[in-house]
Amino acid sequence: MVDRIVVGAHYGLKDWLGQRITACVMALYTVLFAVQALGLPEMNYANWRAMFAGGFMRFATFLFFACLFYHVWVGIRDIYMDYVKPAGIRLALHAVTALLLIGYLGWAAQALWRL
Amino acid sequence: MSSRTVEFSIYRYNPDKDDKPYMQTLSVELDSTDRKLLDALVKLKAKDDTLSFRRSCREGVCGSDAMNINGKNGLACLTDMEKLESPVVLRPLPGLPVVRDLIVDMTQFFKQYHSIKPYLINNEPPPERERLQSPEERDELNGLYECILCACCSTSCPSFWWNPDKFVGPAGLLAAYRFIADTRDQATSERLDNLEDPYRLFRCHTIMNCVDVCPKSLNPTRAIGKIKDMMVRRAI
Repeated sequence: MVDRIVVGAHYGLKDWLGQRITACVMALYTVLFAVQALGLPEMNYANWRAMFAGGFMRFATFLFFACLFYHVWVGIRDIYMDYVKPAGIRLALHAVTALLLIGYLGWAAQALWRL
Repeated sequence: MSSRTVEFSIYRYNPDKDDKPYMQTLSVELDSTDRKLLDALVKLKAKDDTLSFRRSCREGVCGSDAMNINGKNGLACLTDMEKLESPVVLRPLPGLPVVRDLIVDMTQFFKQYHSIKPYLINNEPPPERERLQSPEERDELNGLYECILCACCSTSCPSFWWNPDKFVGPAGLLAAYRFIADTRDQATSERLDNLEDPYRLFRCHTIMNCVDVCPKSLNPTRAIGKIKDMMVRRAI
């Protein structure tokens, strides 16, 4: 088969925009987290646990992790696009990365709701 | 009239004779009238006529004498000898196949340029005199049409090094925006469709090497940002 160069996947904009929006969410969460953590009367396990016990902080933290993993997905895929040329290896790396990130998100949810 | 000797280290490669490229040390005596790097190269060529490089207009208009000068892409005819550290290290533009010495094969660069259809697309019959624009509409083209296609920008862009066959590159994208921004062009949507791709446009990660090296002081990064803005406005 002639190895023709194919482009035109039509998904660049969504990911580019998604990366920027998730960055904004992570920046806002960082401020929220800093305010909450610095506002603790004392840095111990009980206070730390109480901080994440509220529904809002739990949801915000989960949203932060969801944004982080989407951000990472786009960034890592960019690296594969630049440096990994064989399509089979790249597809395998995509699959491993996507599964890992989905797993991490589940792990984050489990940790947050177990508190 | 004062004269001085300048040392050069120049990339040499003749595929007919050399197994692999090598750096050759050369020196040349320059007069006070030899102010630009191209003047020095012409003198070097007079001493050793096997040294190969492109040059034509010698005033920064044709873009033929683009090369890597002390690690940074630029035009030999616009580069002041006084500002160069000795020895002056000259290499061909990075990322493109070398034809010989400082001459590169620009086929891939021009293929990307042609892929963005660098011409006005307007299917209406041409008016008797000209297609008019307001002064504001015309101003939008400033900083875009002046590109001389020297390839200094695209060959300094790591995204173009990794994907020269898929990423349009800063020069091609600057030209793409030149036609997207042109109110006389009727193919705006098709042009945006043509670029909406993770490789063709979105390999640009805004590192701005292109802006740093452009000998015409153009800003491809800004043009690329405006293309992305238009895509967002179209999508939402």
